[in-house]
Amino acid sequence: MSMNWCGLVAIAASLLLAPADASAASAEKGKAFFIQYGCFQCHGTVGQGGNAGPKLAPDPLPYEALANFVRTTNRQMPPYREAVLPNEDLADIYAYLQSVPKTPDYKTIPLLNE
Amino acid sequence: MARKNSRPEVSRRKFLAGAAVAGAAVTTSANAATPPTGAARIPSAVRPTAHQVALEANVVTEVKPIEGRAGSDFMVDVIKSLDIDYCYANPASSYRGIHESLINYGKNTKPEFITCMHEESSVAMAHGYYKASGKPQMMLCHGTVGLMHATMAVYNAWADRVPVILMGGNDLDAAKRAPGVPTYHSAQDINAIVRDFTKWDDNPVSLQHFAQSMVRAYKMAMTPPYEPVMIAIDGGLQEEPMGEHTGGLYIPRYVKSAPPQAEVGALRETAKLLVNAEHPVIVVDRTARSQNGVNLLVELAELIQAPVVDQSNRMNFPNTHHLCQSTQAQALIRDADLILGLEVSDFWNTVNLFIDNGQDHGLGIRQSRIKPGTKLITISSVELNQKSNYQDFQRFQSVDIGMAGDAEASLPSLIEAVKSVLPSDRKAAYEKRGEAMKRAWRQAIERSRQAAAVGWDASPISVPRLSAEIWAQIKDLDYSLVVSRAGIGSWPNRLWKMERHHQWLGGSGGGGLGYGLPAGVGAAHANKALGRFSVALQGDGDMMYAPGALWTAARHKIPFLSVLHNNKGYHQEVMHLQRMSNRRNRVANLGTEIKDNGPVGTRIENPDIDYSKIASGMGWWASGPVEDPKALGGVLKKAVEVVKSGQPAFVDVISQPR
Repeated sequence: MSMNWCGLVAIAASLLLAPADASAASAEKGKAFFIQYGCFQCHGTVGQGGNAGPKLAPDPLPYEALANFVRTTNRQMPPYREAVLPNEDLADIYAYLQSVPKTPDYKTIPLLNE
Repeated sequence: MARKNSRPEVSRRKFLAGAAVAGAAVTTSANAATPPTGAARIPSAVRPTAHQVALEANVVTEVKPIEGRAGSDFMVDVIKSLDIDYCYANPASSYRGIHESLINYGKNTKPEFITCMHEESSVAMAHGYYKASGKPQMMLCHGTVGLMHATMAVYNAWADRVPVILMGGNDLDAAKRAPGVPTYHSAQDINAIVRDFTKWDDNPVSLQHFAQSMVRAYKMAMTPPYEPVMIAIDGGLQEEPMGEHTGGLYIPRYVKSAPPQAEVGALRETAKLLVNAEHPVIVVDRTARSQNGVNLLVELAELIQAPVVDQSNRMNFPNTHHLCQSTQAQALIRDADLILGLEVSDFWNTVNLFIDNGQDHGLGIRQSRIKPGTKLITISSVELNQKSNYQDFQRFQSVDIGMAGDAEASLPSLIEAVKSVLPSDRKAAYEKRGEAMKRAWRQAIERSRQAAAVGWDASPISVPRLSAEIWAQIKDLDYSLVVSRAGIGSWPNRLWKMERHHQWLGGSGGGGLGYGLPAGVGAAHANKALGRFSVALQGDGDMMYAPGALWTAARHKIPFLSVLHNNKGYHQEVMHLQRMSNRRNRVANLGTEIKDNGPVGTRIENPDIDYSKIASGMGWWASGPVEDPKALGGVLKKAVEVVKSGQPAFVDVISQPR
């Protein structure tokens, strides 16, 4: 499959992946799903990232971009298709990532300035 | 069944006393086999044998000591000639002769017997000891069952290029075996089980043969590539007196062999390419065998201001140096026009990208990381290994110049060759590159610290916070990070100052779990004499393979701070199972009756293990589980004080997975 064709598929997928009712998503449920679906295994329990996966939160990618990646990735992360991770649960996970508080500037943390 | 007896009763005690006196007498009389007849009475019981009589009456027939020196005393003389500090071992019948000689004839010093609780731990302790001290140690084991236990740790040492002197007892002569399990399970060739991951082995049939083979084995182990060696010691050879053979025996003098160096012509060609490259990158892995190796690498990199990417199976290059560019590896490799790999374990993966996504008929995606025409050069002593059934290499990578030789030994010649061809008109270019590297180095530090701040107050405690909290307590000490698990990643290397070779000892080599705790204990044992503070980031799964190593540390008063990265799982496998499930479009099974936080078979929870209780039960000061990141600093501070007082201390920290 050419890169152009991949791009078209990604755009189309992102249009389909927009949550039907973003306001109904639950950060509390999303926190549990983040563990249950194994997201925390590489990204940490607050989406902080680690040596196995990049930072997801705070300030997550726009929902469409994140959902598109989750559904179609062919990189180190395995794709989570809807049969594995339903749209509603993904929306809850996104709500959880949005709820993660901002990271302080490291200069305000004494241990990171030694 | 009781029965009436008209015969006079005889007290058994009186009978035995009488029999004993008679028995004692008969041992020296010509009528030794004659039953006692002094008493007219007829005994009511079956007459005991002379042996039973002696046992029950506490009368012992004198056994004369073995005349002359035991063969194993001479073995100890040979071992002492090699200046080995410790013998890590579980006791075993097949080496009882040399065990007795070590602790009595040898006065339990040089080597001192260190009591271990698993042969795998014995090898791992010697493995860790070497990496901290540069001195190979010995381990003893039963040649069959004990060596079977030891094998995984031997493979780790093999893959990590670490010399360990392995010795196994065996009762080769079936015609002389004492009945019973210890000798029943002997072998024709005990060394066979480790032959494919030892550098050399032998099965000496005489004491002189033993002396030569021990010195030969030590010499081979200590010639790069360093590897374990194995000597079988026959029970008969250990226990039989030396007799008339005593006079002619000698111990060969050990002289270390000069390490193999890369071919000079190839080094000169490499130097020419290095000085003229626009974007050279030096990649190091198990390059520095000593502080001298670190110093030489710095000298080479500074000559041309070349960035160094440290793959960290040893502490090769100071992370306080602006040319340490490990966190920039991907960009540097992508832009390089020359890559010099020094003792790199997986050069293919250094210059190629692999994505484990099952594409291309399950093989995954392979993509080149480098530009066409990039010159690839390697120096590796592993090319001198001729064979092994058990392998430790990856996909084959073609290079432009490949040199079989030890990198550290080759560096002086390479440095001289570079100096001799340094073009005068390149000085400004080197300075410009150096300035760019200084900026990149400062930016990398900033990025690392900001990345560490993400999830700073999370519970489970984040890995960067765990690393930073430990660093705060040890930064003013001459520390040695003896073990760190894969789950910790490179965080200590990113947040701690690492300048000396002993400040990071690298991983297990073979990836066999059960390395961390005993290797850490062995390294801490070496560091104790060197006045260093030993600290480990211990994996929870790894710890449960051989927790008995905790007792050895307490028994031998080894100061050691072991901090448990408790992520409640075999985490690498957690991710493999998740990947397989997703690839097959299936929801990973977390269990039906008990829901775990990961696929079935990969989690260590429900019930959670009380690791602190295990450690305190083995004689350690222990604390935890610590879940609150704000409480961690105080606990670590106390633990550091305990270690400074000369004891081992353990802190269980509930941590993020990675």
